Amino acid sequence: MPDLKELYQEVILDHSKSPRNFHKLADANRKAVGRNPLCGDQFTVYLRVEDGRIADIAFEGQGCAISKSSASMMTMAVKGRTAAEAEDLFDRFHALVTGKKGAAEAPDLGKLAAFQGVSGFPVRVKCASLAWHTLKAALEEKEASISIE
Amino acid sequence: MVSNAKLLMDVERIREDFPILKRTTRGKPLVYLDSAATSQKPKQVIDSVSDFFGRYNANVHRAIYELGEEATREFEGAREKVAQFIHARSPNEVVFTKSTTESINAIAYGWGLKGAMKAGDEIVSTVMEHHSNHIPWYFVQDMKGVKMKWADINDDGTLRMEDYDTLITKRTKVVTVTQCSNVLGTINPVDEIARRAHEVGAICVVDAAQSVPHFPVDVQRMDCDFLAFSGHKMLAPTGIGVLYGKQERLEEMEPMIGGGEMIREVHLGSAKWNDVPFKFEGGTPNMAGAIGLGVAVDYLNGIGMDNVRQHEMEMTEYALKTLSGVEGFHAHGTTDVRKRGGVVSFVLGDVHPHDIASILDVEGIAIRSGHHCAQPLMERLNVPATARASFYVYNTLEEVDRLAAGLRKVLEVFS
Repeated sequence: MPDLKELYQEVILDHSKSPRNFHKLADANRKAVGRNPLCGDQFTVYLRVEDGRIADIAFEGQGCAISKSSASMMTMAVKGRTAAEAEDLFDRFHALVTGKKGAAEAPDLGKLAAFQGVSGFPVRVKCASLAWHTLKAALEEKEASISIE
Repeated sequence: MVSNAKLLMDVERIREDFPILKRTTRGKPLVYLDSAATSQKPKQVIDSVSDFFGRYNANVHRAIYELGEEATREFEGAREKVAQFIHARSPNEVVFTKSTTESINAIAYGWGLKGAMKAGDEIVSTVMEHHSNHIPWYFVQDMKGVKMKWADINDDGTLRMEDYDTLITKRTKVVTVTQCSNVLGTINPVDEIARRAHEVGAICVVDAAQSVPHFPVDVQRMDCDFLAFSGHKMLAPTGIGVLYGKQERLEEMEPMIGGGEMIREVHLGSAKWNDVPFKFEGGTPNMAGAIGLGVAVDYLNGIGMDNVRQHEMEMTEYALKTLSGVEGFHAHGTTDVRKRGGVVSFVLGDVHPHDIASILDVEGIAIRSGHHCAQPLMERLNVPATARASFYVYNTLEEVDRLAAGLRKVLEVFS
C-alpha cells in the first residue's frame, strides 16, 4: 500500500516550504514555461548555458509540494552538468518515479532518490516531472510552453 | 468529533443500493465526495443496462421484430420519463445526446454557426461557467465575429445580477448561464435571467449539469429555450446526455450530426430532416444509456427531488459548520445553503489542493482537486486551483466527520 511518509519525505517538505534557486535569473540565455493544466501548476525554468554546460539555473512559479520541491531539487542536481548529463539524469529520475525495476538502486541520483515514494501514487508522476520536462524544453530552446497531462 | 446531528433521509437504506459503496479504497471504507464529477450508480441502473443487452438488445426505430419493438418501447419510455422529470411539454422536446457538452455544442452549432447569428450580434455568458459552456460559444465568436460578454460574480460567489442591466442589449441574441456552479455551488436565478433575455428577443440557454441531478427543475416555469444535462451525474451511465429545447426552437434549429435516423428522405446531393427530436439523433443512439437514465429518473423520483434537495442542504450546512473548525479552512461561495447546491470548494491554509487530495486519498476519501474545467473562474478568484467536496443522496454526516479528520491529517503532514 502506498505510504504517505514515503511520498512526503522530510527533504521534500523542506524544499516545498523553502525552495532553492527560486527566483528569476537576470542573465539567463534560455527559458521555458511548463504547465500542468490538470492542477493549475506552472513553472518557468531559467538557464544560463555556457559551453554546453548549465552554468546557472533558477525557477519561478506555483505548484503543489511535489512539483515545487522537485523543481527545487532539480536545480541543485543539474547545476554544472552538461545538457546530455542533465537529460540522462532526467531519464533515471523518471524511471524512479514511475517505479521502473531497479531504478531506485541507480547510483548518482543523490537526494533525488527521495522521490521514490511518488511511484506509489501514479497520478502524481506528472507533478514530480513537470520541472524536468520544462528544463528539457529550455535546453532544446523550445520557445513554446509545454503541457503535460 | 462524531456528529450528533441526524439526517432527514434514510441514507443507510439508499446506500444499500450502491454496490461500490461497499468497497474499500487504500484499505479503508470508501468515502466518495466527488459526485459533482460523476455520481455512483445504484444496482437498479446497473441491472437495467445488463438487462437490455441480455434480454432485448436490438436497434431502436429500425428493427422489424419483437426485440426491436421492446427496445424502442423502453428507449422512448425513457424519453417520456425524462420529459416528465424536467416538466417539458412533450417528449419531443427531449433530445438524447452523449453529454451536457455535446448538448451545448449542438445549440452553438445549430443556433450559432448554422443559424442566423451574424457579426455584431452578442452572446452574454458568465465568469462562473464550466468550459463546456465557454468553448462552444468561442467557436461562434471566432467563426461569426459575434461578441461575447460575461456577467461577473460578487464576493460571496453569487452572480452580479445588476451586470445584466448593461450586458443585455438589443444586440444580444443568446444569454447562457449555468443553473448551479460546479465550483461555487451557487444556484443562479435562471427564471429571472430567461425573462431578461426574452425582453430583447434573445434565447436563454441553461447548463443544468449540476442542477437537474440535485433539485426539482421545471423548464416551463423557468421558460428557458434550451437546457442541457448529463446522465452520469444523476445515477445513470456515462455517455448519455439530454438536450431539452422548446419544440419551436428545436424545429428552427439545424442538426449538428448527420446520418441515419435523423432524415426523412435522402437523394443524391440533398435530404430532408426527420421531425424533432429525431433530426438531432443521427446514428444509432446510446440505447442502454438512455434506458439506464430512465431507471435513474425512476430512482430519484422514488426518493423525491424535494427530499434530495433537503438532504443536500443538510449535508452542506453540516459540512460548512464542521469543516470551519479545521484550522485554515475557507470555503468559496455563499454561506446561505438555500442559495447553493451540495458543492463545497475550499482552500486549506497554503496547502496545494493536489496535496490535500493525495493525503485524503490515502485516508480513503475521494475529492476533486484542480481547476474543475472552470479556468476563467479560477482566474477571477485568483487561485490556481481548489479542492472540492460534493455530496449526493448516499452521503452521510459521518463522512463529513471523516473529511474533517482527513483535513487535520493534511495539516499534520504540512505542520
